[in-house]
Amino acid sequence: MNTVVCLKQVPDTETLIKIAGTTIATDGIKWVISSFDEFAVEEAIRQKEKMNAGKVTIVSLGPDRAIESVRTALAMGADDAVHINDGAFYDKADPYATAQVLAAAIKGLTYDAVFLGKQAIDDDASQVPAMVGELLGLPVVTQVIKFEAAADKKSATVTREIEGGQMVIDVPLPAVFSAQKGLNEPRYASLPGIMKAKKKPVDVKNAGGLGVSAGPMTVIKEMSLPPARQAGKIIAGDDAKAKAAALAKALHEEVKII
Amino acid sequence: MAGTLIYAEVQKGEIKKGAFEIASKAKEFGGEVSACIIGKGAEALAGQLAKYGADKIYVVDGPEFENYVPETFVQAFVQVAKTVQPSVIFCSASAQGKDFAPAMAARLNVGAISDCVGVTKEGDKIIAKRPLYAGKAYAMVEAVGSPQVISIRPNALGAKEVAGAGAVEKVAVSLDAGKIKATVKAVEVAATTEPDQTEAEIIVSGGRGLKGPENFKMLEDLAKLFGPTATTGASRAAVDAGWRGHSYQVGQTGKTVSPNLYIACGISGAIQHMAGMGTAKVIVAINKDAEAPIFTKADYGVVDDLFNVVPALIDEIKKIKG
Repeated sequence: MNTVVCLKQVPDTETLIKIAGTTIATDGIKWVISSFDEFAVEEAIRQKEKMNAGKVTIVSLGPDRAIESVRTALAMGADDAVHINDGAFYDKADPYATAQVLAAAIKGLTYDAVFLGKQAIDDDASQVPAMVGELLGLPVVTQVIKFEAAADKKSATVTREIEGGQMVIDVPLPAVFSAQKGLNEPRYASLPGIMKAKKKPVDVKNAGGLGVSAGPMTVIKEMSLPPARQAGKIIAGDDAKAKAAALAKALHEEVKII
Repeated sequence: MAGTLIYAEVQKGEIKKGAFEIASKAKEFGGEVSACIIGKGAEALAGQLAKYGADKIYVVDGPEFENYVPETFVQAFVQVAKTVQPSVIFCSASAQGKDFAPAMAARLNVGAISDCVGVTKEGDKIIAKRPLYAGKAYAMVEAVGSPQVISIRPNALGAKEVAGAGAVEKVAVSLDAGKIKATVKAVEVAATTEPDQTEAEIIVSGGRGLKGPENFKMLEDLAKLFGPTATTGASRAAVDAGWRGHSYQVGQTGKTVSPNLYIACGISGAIQHMAGMGTAKVIVAINKDAEAPIFTKADYGVVDDLFNVVPALIDEIKKIKG
């Protein structure tokens, strides 16, 4: 089975965000694969291994540093990659423009399925998977927690998370899938994998070369940090029971929630 | 082109509260407010939207709309949108809305601004405030194209009843069956009446300090005392240990929540967790480790063993409630 995985490089979740104009200060940030994209990479590799055939192509939009995350995915077991290194696009971080670039890069490839993370954990937009599907004219199933392709690769049966439950869907391939936590447990890259990854082909492109000229459809005007929370009061009491009583009283009289 | 079109989501035979919230906001902004409600049996519900400011309510009803399938719903909505020609489209950023809004926007060939927690109007432009990095930062965002498609987080805005009678119109849409390729085989929804964490008003959450899956029962008991708007949550540590399903996870790689009350039991307060619940109105932390970072953000802290505090708290709340 041939698959394409869209991957975004994002700041590690440990990062303390600092604002710089309409973006964030990038000094000292450790960059990693967005965690939901890791599930996407893992699922694609598993499908290839299961069928013992096909290849996994990584497509990533990002600056020079994004190549490190692309190589990590190649070290996990992906076969080759397209790196769209175009500042006019990744700087603006707009989901529709991103989807247009990714879709244009995917159009030239051969694939049975496209996997993406359900959202990137930096801008949290949750938009790109549905938009890529729309632009490719393919069905989309988001929030996938179980994926099973038919042996003939003509269809897949997938389970997606819905509010308060699950939905099982049959969908013809090719189609676009967004990965939710629970889909799998991503592997770590092995040392031989890391060595091999260095020699795997990465095709570097820009948006113009893909025929995409449309700019972002949304613009960030201003960024801010949330108001800092202050430590409140520590409930005093002789024992757990007394503290619990004081807390219940505060919730009743001050918070007025009971 | 003028006015606002809202997408009113139906679940379990009822209009979701988020639909009333976005209708109220549209009404406040002025101009004609249209609503589009899609679902099997939606016609019987449509009138409720008038109470929250919808002037005109378009109903798409029929057996083919029993389950939410993005392609079916997008086709139906886009046909209504082409009739209405709104300058703004509001959706709720619920689980379904997050799937629906970007697909619908792309079909209209515009961008979308998702999961906003506030919207203001400057002339014809909507300025939307949305969290990034699960709430570690906020951005003010403006749409370039038209219509401006904006999804708004449930609970972020209030719903307000107004006097007025909206006209309900049943719309017949023609679906392009060739494009509807996905088929729903089964839907399993848990019999719980608990709200989703993102929409709950009270969350009792547990972390590594819970020591095992069986102890979440105690948190469920506590949550139940707060009524039907309360639910339970979990830290990543508890989810990764397999004690709780990942749909309970609160934090940067889980759900971002903003309840009125968040009770964190045995949760140390890692930066990723704090990002996900930092906008809760009131945070209570129960942890025996006085140095746990969560105490630097909590409004009320109880430094003690949660296995003694939580049962005692349940008893005390029962006493107050009589």
